[in-house]
Amino acid sequence: MTETSGSVTACLPIHSDMDLAWVRQHVRQTAAQLGFGLVEQTKLVTAASELARNTLVHGGGGQVESTALTSGISRGLRLTFRDEGPGITDIQRALSDGYTSGGGLGLGLGGARRLVHEFSIDSRPDEGTAVTVICWVGGAPHPRQEGR
Amino acid sequence: MADHEAAGERNSSAQEVGEFLRRRREQIAQRWADETLFRTVFTMSRDEAVEACRAVVEALAAVAVADQVDNLGAAGFIAVRDQLGRMVASRTRTGAGSTQIADEVAALRTPVAELLRSELEGSPSGRTEECSVTLTALMGTLRLVVLETALNAGQELIDRQRLQLLEVATPVIKLWDGVVAVPLIGTLDSARSQVVMESLLDAVVSQQARFAILDITGVPTVDSLVAQHLMKTVAAARLMGAECIVSGIRPAIAQTIVHLGIDLGSVITRASLADALAYALHEQGSVVVDRNRTGTSAR
Repeated sequence: MTETSGSVTACLPIHSDMDLAWVRQHVRQTAAQLGFGLVEQTKLVTAASELARNTLVHGGGGQVESTALTSGISRGLRLTFRDEGPGITDIQRALSDGYTSGGGLGLGLGGARRLVHEFSIDSRPDEGTAVTVICWVGGAPHPRQEGR
Repeated sequence: MADHEAAGERNSSAQEVGEFLRRRREQIAQRWADETLFRTVFTMSRDEAVEACRAVVEALAAVAVADQVDNLGAAGFIAVRDQLGRMVASRTRTGAGSTQIADEVAALRTPVAELLRSELEGSPSGRTEECSVTLTALMGTLRLVVLETALNAGQELIDRQRLQLLEVATPVIKLWDGVVAVPLIGTLDSARSQVVMESLLDAVVSQQARFAILDITGVPTVDSLVAQHLMKTVAAARLMGAECIVSGIRPAIAQTIVHLGIDLGSVITRASLADALAYALHEQGSVVVDRNRTGTSAR
């Protein structure tokens, strides 16, 4: 992993549609403060909106932790969405476009992965799901990281 | 068990306090009328304030006699809830916060407690203490009732505003003969998109529109659910014979939609509302002539 440091800056509950709006607003504000450009902000907010809705609809509610990161001179934002729902049985299938279990377009999870720089899912059946996404200011995540 | 026995006693402290409140209703009302809470609400006449105080004292007495000192939902409070609500609303309008209102309600206790003490002079000290504890509990409950009323009023306001927002934020505008537009603003959740779809389809019928423009300039985030709502609206309009154009797609939104993988290929999209209108006019054969320019070219 990359050497990153940061402390949890906020922890927001996700239990209703109103909370989704609050999560979007919070992510937009935090991203703007960290110096994200408008396009990056929009991408991150959209990814957060998708993942928060998954937490609400499939996970039965949960919370999101947002952490400001610094790694060398780059700054980023990490968002972790946690729920204690039924978990995802087939993660590969859930990530594929067009697969949906809730009547949506089936683009939420896969789309969110394309909108951010780092993406990971930790899901256990009947225990819950944690999705973590990281976005770095300025786009390209550490070029050296790929060599490691 | 102890509580039960106390309640079963013929002359419990609650009943005694209740009877005391009834007996001294007039005096308490006169004293309360000069307290901040009533004085600032009923600025027009003192009689009005006294009248309001009497109602509150009567309610407290009824609650105490019914031995429901700790019960927020006691029948006695129901009678004065409306009045308390109006008082809270009036205090809030003049800028008082809920803490301040709670403090003002708490201030009502002192004059009653003084009266009670003088009334019970001479009776056994244990009895006096019991009664003043009961009175304190009763006044505490009144304070909670007032705060609850204030909170409910706030919640009602929020609910009403949410409903208003639902209607206000989705006007359908006639741009041209046969061209209607909806400027979408804010978050497009399921409830709002339903309202949008209905009002747009109604307008398509009533205006006999062949073109409907959905402008998303004011929508900050377009995720897959918002896109799905948009596509459903477009499909519904198409079923009614109207062609739908989605306009106001900003560069950031366009990139996000591409990354998300949403296929808007079947929908006509334009960058701005002006472009969408130009497209609609062109399609229906209307020609807009710029008089200045034709004038120049004719010369």
